[in-house]
Amino acid sequence: MIDSLTQFLNEHWDVIISLVKIALLVFIVLTVNAYLTWFERKVVAHMQSRWGPHRVGPHGLLQPAADGLKFLLKEDPTPAGVDKFTYYLAPLMALALALTSIAIIPFGPDPIVVFGHKIYLGIVDLNIGLLALFAITALSVYGVALAGWSSNSKYPLLGGLRSSAQMVSYELALTMSVVGVLLMAGSFSLRDIINVQAIHADRGLFAWNVFPQILGFICFFTAAVAETNRVPFDLPEAESELVAGFHTEYSSFKFAMFFIAEYTSMITVSSLCAIMFFGGWLSPFPATWTFTHYLPSLILIPFGLWVIWDGIRYETIFGRIVLPGIGTVITVIGAVLIAFPFINEFIQGPFWLLGKIFFFLFVYVWMRGTLPRFRYDQLMAFGWKFLLPLAMANIIATSLIMALRG
Amino acid sequence: MSAQVPIAAYLILAAVLFSIGVAAFLIKRNLISIFMSIELMLNAVNLTLVAFAHMWHQVSGQIFVFFVMVVAAAEAAVGLAIIIAIFRTRETLNVDSVDLMKS
Amino acid sequence: MQLALFMIFGGLAVLAALNLLLQRHPINSALSLVVVMMSLAVLYWSLGAEFLAAAQVIVYSGAIMVFFVFVIMLLNAGEEERTTGSRAAYIVGFPGAAAIFCLLSFVFLSERNAFGSSNVGGYLNHVTSNISEVSSLLFTKLLLPFEVTSVLILVAILGAVVLARKEQ
Repeated sequence: MIDSLTQFLNEHWDVIISLVKIALLVFIVLTVNAYLTWFERKVVAHMQSRWGPHRVGPHGLLQPAADGLKFLLKEDPTPAGVDKFTYYLAPLMALALALTSIAIIPFGPDPIVVFGHKIYLGIVDLNIGLLALFAITALSVYGVALAGWSSNSKYPLLGGLRSSAQMVSYELALTMSVVGVLLMAGSFSLRDIINVQAIHADRGLFAWNVFPQILGFICFFTAAVAETNRVPFDLPEAESELVAGFHTEYSSFKFAMFFIAEYTSMITVSSLCAIMFFGGWLSPFPATWTFTHYLPSLILIPFGLWVIWDGIRYETIFGRIVLPGIGTVITVIGAVLIAFPFINEFIQGPFWLLGKIFFFLFVYVWMRGTLPRFRYDQLMAFGWKFLLPLAMANIIATSLIMALRG
Repeated sequence: MSAQVPIAAYLILAAVLFSIGVAAFLIKRNLISIFMSIELMLNAVNLTLVAFAHMWHQVSGQIFVFFVMVVAAAEAAVGLAIIIAIFRTRETLNVDSVDLMKS
Repeated sequence: MQLALFMIFGGLAVLAALNLLLQRHPINSALSLVVVMMSLAVLYWSLGAEFLAAAQVIVYSGAIMVFFVFVIMLLNAGEEERTTGSRAAYIVGFPGAAAIFCLLSFVFLSERNAFGSSNVGGYLNHVTSNISEVSSLLFTKLLLPFEVTSVLILVAILGAVVLARKEQ
């Protein structure tokens, strides 16, 4: 029996490992989403000189759990006169598409080797990976448009139409702004794009694509913020203008699905920025400076110690138990990385990539707390009359320089 | 894992889609539905072209499909603009009601 | 595995096309057509045309069908009614479509041995990727049709703007 089981495992290894990776990644992404909402509320609050959530659990860390519970237990009314099929389809589509796009992102260069089988970090490495991501972005317009229309109400319809028109307009600038990166990399695969930047890894920071392609990066980031309907481009879902835009008539779990879809697409865009323009899993230090490999431990150990120190003096008993526990775990991870250089080498790539993704998420939240929003006509004029010509100029300049260099 | 699909299967599938498109074109009464059945027929032809491109290992079949997609996009834009213009004057999208040129 | 892909996505395409035929509200037909197009994209991928699969999803389902859905939403004409014309259409429509299907399948089936079989992913393990092959042909030998199609799109944009404009 054991023999036939191991034989079955060995034959269908790829499928089983892919299923395990998918389940793990969905779980991780949903948890990151939840704590991204916590992070956003805390950062925006501190930018506005207030505390943010700090009652539910130590430092408000259980706030996402409370929010999730609220979404699950709230009443779920279906308004009268909605087109039932599209009303239920729209949040499903939005969430499914947003979660699918995470499958294409590679999280680390080296595979884990288990029983002689290699497991790469990342569910699939398509050789048209970037094109598939744009395909998913193109399809996410449906979630918004159908949600707005099926709600049988004025505000969602207007919000949905405006939002989908905005998404379609900025899609062009989005896809054209990365053509410069593709010309330099020669391939659509995300791993190849990072590997081309790794050719000059001894230059460290300056090998990244952002320096030759600074125009492309600005175009891409702006268009991506507009695609994900975030501030300053979030007029279609702004509360003071349009009640809540296309998701007005959705409540409890269906609204949570739109919410999760928005934050997941934020994570996807941050990962794409990090991979295409900022070197992905490459360290900003030159590859010859091997002493920088201790940087993860150098960050984790003091942070863990600080969490322990803060937790010991925390006001609630629950905080005084949980926070030192979390701090201990972080310190132990940092110590393990110093003790086992094999794990340390493996963890370098994912550490830098996750750090960059975290940085871009912070920029997203920073913009939310600082910038006012565009008016709708300003938004459309900006997309068509400024970003699109800028992206095209970037393509022309990049191809000219590459052709002249030979 | 090594069961191969004959090319004729793809061609028959395209023929099925094409004939469903023809049936929809003749049966439906809504202008936009008729237009969508035209798109369905174009897609069936695209599948035929890609199947033949695979059979002959030529990539020009795929480029033909690319051009068909571009022309379909242009045609959809103009066609839907015409439909909007018709709706503005006739207030209906039923093809049986826009037969003003008939005696 | 290619057989499983073909059966699942081919069946899905046929079911969605039948749904397009049978639904009364145009929005449901539009969504069924999106399902047809995405199933066809998977079938293109299995035939080795990966660029076309992505272009099918981006251009056809992601742009053209979005346009259809917008127009249906904006015009909001509702479900279609049964009129006298539709009775005659039933008598002509189904037999006509059946005749075309029989003719085409007869031609394809009688030549099925000459067609041969397909390869999973179809020669995707070449040194040059599918995109390189397509683009090297498109931008060298077929450059003139490529530029002509860009002029065609420009003409279509101008035509659509003029036709859909409100009369002043």
